[in-house]
Amino acid sequence: MPKFRKETQVTSVTDTSSSLLGKAANATPAPIASRIRGISDRSMAWLFITPAIVLLLAINIFPLIWAIYLSFTNFRANRPNAPIEGVGLSNYSRVLNDPNIWQAMQTTAHFVFWTILLQTLIGFSLAYLIDRKFRGHAFWTTVILVPMMLSPAVVGNFWRFLYQPQIGLFNYIVSFITGVPPSSFEMLGSVQLSPWAIIIVDTWMWTPYVMLICLAGLRSIPDYIYEAAEVDRASLWRQFWSITLPMALPFIMLAVLFRGIENFKMFDMVTLLTGGGPGSTTEVASITLKREAFESWRTGRASAFAIILFVAVFGLANIYVKALNKVKQR
Amino acid sequence: MSSVNTAHSVVEPSRTSKRIAATIVIAYAVITMIPLVWIVLTSFKSPPDSISYPPKIVFQPTLEGYCNLFTTRTRQTSEYITSLGAPTSTCDEITRSRNMVIAGPSNYWPRFQNSLVIAFGSTFLAVSLGTLAAYGFSRFKVPLAEDLLFFILSTRMMPPIAVAIPIYLMYRELGLSDTALGMILLYTAVNVSLAVWLLKGFIDEIPREYEEAAMIDGYTRMQAFFKVVLPQATTGIAATAIFCLIFAWNEYAFAVLLTSGAAQTAPPFIPTIIGEGGQDWPAVAAGTTIFVVPILVFTILLRKQLLRGITFGAVRK
Amino acid sequence: MKTMKQALLGATSALVLFTAAPNLAKADELTLCWAAWDPANALVELSKDFTGQSGTTMKFEFVPWPNFADRILNELNSGGKLCDLLIGDSQWLGGSAENGYYVKLNDFFDKEGIKMSDFADAAVNAYATWPKGTPNYWALPAMGDANAWFYRKDWFAKPEIQAEFKQKYGRDLAAPATWDELKQVAEFFNGREIDGKKVYGAAIFTERASEGITMGATGALYPYGFKYENTPGKYDMEGAVNSPDAVAGLEAYKALYKCCTPPGYTDAYMGESLDAFKSGQVAMAMNWFAFFPGLYKDEKVGGDKIGFFVNPKEKVAASTLGGQGISVVANTDNMEGALAYIKWFAQPDVQKKWWSLGGYAVHKAVLTDPSFPESQPFAADFLVAMNQVQDFWQEPSYAILLQAMQKRLHDYVVADKGTAKEALDGLVADWTEVFKDDGKL
Repeated sequence: MPKFRKETQVTSVTDTSSSLLGKAANATPAPIASRIRGISDRSMAWLFITPAIVLLLAINIFPLIWAIYLSFTNFRANRPNAPIEGVGLSNYSRVLNDPNIWQAMQTTAHFVFWTILLQTLIGFSLAYLIDRKFRGHAFWTTVILVPMMLSPAVVGNFWRFLYQPQIGLFNYIVSFITGVPPSSFEMLGSVQLSPWAIIIVDTWMWTPYVMLICLAGLRSIPDYIYEAAEVDRASLWRQFWSITLPMALPFIMLAVLFRGIENFKMFDMVTLLTGGGPGSTTEVASITLKREAFESWRTGRASAFAIILFVAVFGLANIYVKALNKVKQR
Repeated sequence: MSSVNTAHSVVEPSRTSKRIAATIVIAYAVITMIPLVWIVLTSFKSPPDSISYPPKIVFQPTLEGYCNLFTTRTRQTSEYITSLGAPTSTCDEITRSRNMVIAGPSNYWPRFQNSLVIAFGSTFLAVSLGTLAAYGFSRFKVPLAEDLLFFILSTRMMPPIAVAIPIYLMYRELGLSDTALGMILLYTAVNVSLAVWLLKGFIDEIPREYEEAAMIDGYTRMQAFFKVVLPQATTGIAATAIFCLIFAWNEYAFAVLLTSGAAQTAPPFIPTIIGEGGQDWPAVAAGTTIFVVPILVFTILLRKQLLRGITFGAVRK
Repeated sequence: MKTMKQALLGATSALVLFTAAPNLAKADELTLCWAAWDPANALVELSKDFTGQSGTTMKFEFVPWPNFADRILNELNSGGKLCDLLIGDSQWLGGSAENGYYVKLNDFFDKEGIKMSDFADAAVNAYATWPKGTPNYWALPAMGDANAWFYRKDWFAKPEIQAEFKQKYGRDLAAPATWDELKQVAEFFNGREIDGKKVYGAAIFTERASEGITMGATGALYPYGFKYENTPGKYDMEGAVNSPDAVAGLEAYKALYKCCTPPGYTDAYMGESLDAFKSGQVAMAMNWFAFFPGLYKDEKVGGDKIGFFVNPKEKVAASTLGGQGISVVANTDNMEGALAYIKWFAQPDVQKKWWSLGGYAVHKAVLTDPSFPESQPFAADFLVAMNQVQDFWQEPSYAILLQAMQKRLHDYVVADKGTAKEALDGLVADWTEVFKDDGKL
């Protein structure tokens, strides 16, 4: 692993494709291919690309268009015989005026904020420590990575067991450390603690993800910069703030971007841990959407909500990617 | 690991700082493993041991959880049970000691098989389509390439529940609800975005001079692709395949909404394993253990490619 | 839009044909879908006779209660072919009948001489008919059920506990007959040490995701005088759903939850109630009659250690209805086999065996048998309960109505948001909106 130090690089989402275009223009293999085979590169390219695009059109874009259409109707998937009527923008206005949905968006925002904050702090600290390259750090890095590879549904489900007030290991360990009786607090049942129950599991699962990306960031910093700082007798503290952190920042931001998108979509872990409860304390947007679409079967309204969510993720991600590129150019 | 000490020359961290770092990191790693160790331990506990208070760390290991995972049982009177004759297997014996008899196999194995079929099927398709598309994007001037690529990636940003609404309706029309084919197509579509991005990165790294030389030697573009590029990209394809496999293997939201039995995979099934009352935790733990073992193996195999995979190739090493 | 849809239909239909072939169910095989619980296991045992007689292999798909409605309704809506036979909840009848998910059984009943008058009237009305009160049958009543209670008879019988209770409340400690008494008994046991273990008053339903807290709280709401409508069929809920009686009922349920449930019972339904009782944590617990045969057989807490009682009354006597009818799924590939199963199941002898194995048959041949009340310690209670049952809305929109109630109740009872009055006022508003959307208001 240490060998990768100088080769690590970050390329952002939009960046790769533009650099690809540049590269393609420079290398220009086109004349050779067309001279030999007669078939134009353009049709050749489509031959390669079409299958994937067709699949994406069929499974992603066509349904999306369908959903947009449905969002303007009163369609309900469990009333196949009822006539479908256009209702204009009323689904959108009802979704946007529904306090429950705003509540869910707020819950989602809290969840995203705290998980990202914790994961970034812990993940970066771990990466920084692992970059001290103590004996066996490669092995321990792999161990730390394990949780993020597991199924959030299957493993999240098991956390419900760990959080049982009377028999759960989590409560028992907390009680062992703090002396608070294990059955005196309910991680999943109390309004105050249940959001943290979810944040803890998510942090347990995804801190390694942030750590791994931060580690790549730290390893991308060339040694000569530190060497120069050493010559200038810059303190470790100063080195950290003026070299380490700024140079690792694009990586940290990339990690935040990916975690943000993922946690905005969060469904499985919350469903299995609390189902949105107690009351609606942990009801994140995906759970509200699931209830609307697959329990109430108000498909039209649910589609409107889905489109709003999608636009929100897409918009925020785009803004963020721009910011990320700016940081990298600095 | 011998290379460790040579990585930094001037800026080699001090012994003390290394020791502190090691202590904290190892402590974190140990804490992070506790829930997983607890899952494995619980899978070998008897149901009463699993819910004892305080939690038991030392206990008599039993295979009851695994037996319960693979069977359904009914409670019977002891007279009825003694009339049955000698138990035919270890599980039979354990079940009878609880005043129950095995009624038949549980649905765990069929669900696990569904997971295998759907995960491998969709991985194969996604990697095949992804390799072709990645090659196309890597080697040809594609009009609107930038937009197409961003579009491909953006399909991954949609919340699965939002995607599931129209898919559900479409599959209902097409008779694809609760079929392995439907799930394979869906997972393929989701995975293709990852596959295209990752594989394009890998193929970009293969010098195009190789194919050009081959084509000058009389290979067609297709022959060059299959005989020159593919062998060069094996590592990348393998890594991509494992990432697709892990996604399909772990996926829950689509599976829970679009399958109900025939094509249901293990993740929506495992949380619904119940005993006579609430969840049968040893059986759930056993199911979880069996389910995560393949992923642990893959994680170890993949550790060098991990970073690239989880960031859509945005970070390369 | 339309052409795009058609193009896609065409393109994928080839693929569908190619995979549909192996999916064809074998003619001599039936899949029956139900919830995963004790009676389902009894039905597996019972169905062995059917297989023996007809040669039809029975497959079963049992889904745990918290996922049951969700998954099976999803399956019906998606036009899946998982289930040939379905034992579905009473509230699903409206939607399933109107959408043609179930086969209408009138002609079949007439042809085979199956008479609905042979089954308990309340059960037929609740589990078989849609619209309510009309002789249109979409199911055969399969399993009668209601919410009731059980208690630790052995604890109640301890002389020192009896003496202390009498001294404190001036009456004998016995199974409570009213909600006030229930609360007193629960408070009395809560936090007490019995056999060296701290115990709690009662395990009640608080589950959030499916129907748990509604089914539990209506156990208090109905007896206190909660009504869905002022005039049946008019959807005039203001003053009925949020009447002072209803508010008092909901407050009583919350008070019981706050004072006397074990820690961690914030999202508890059937399984948790059973676990709490079986592990000796609670003096009393609510649950469906369906579990009582299994509880009575339990080696640790069953037998003479357990007693049963009907849901306590307050202003009126009332119990929350459970139970299901068995329907033929219209989409089945084995219609003949499915109907044959129903015909077999409706026979009086099979119904009697069904009851003896732990299923709650509602055939009059079983219920009116003079030996029935004595046949099990909870059989008499079952008859009482079934005569005072009330059910949730059976409207096609029942799921939306239920969800609203789940949220309002859980927010108030467990998450401590607002007052009982506010919760029920909010519920009236939610429900009004649903009925307006449905064009019923």
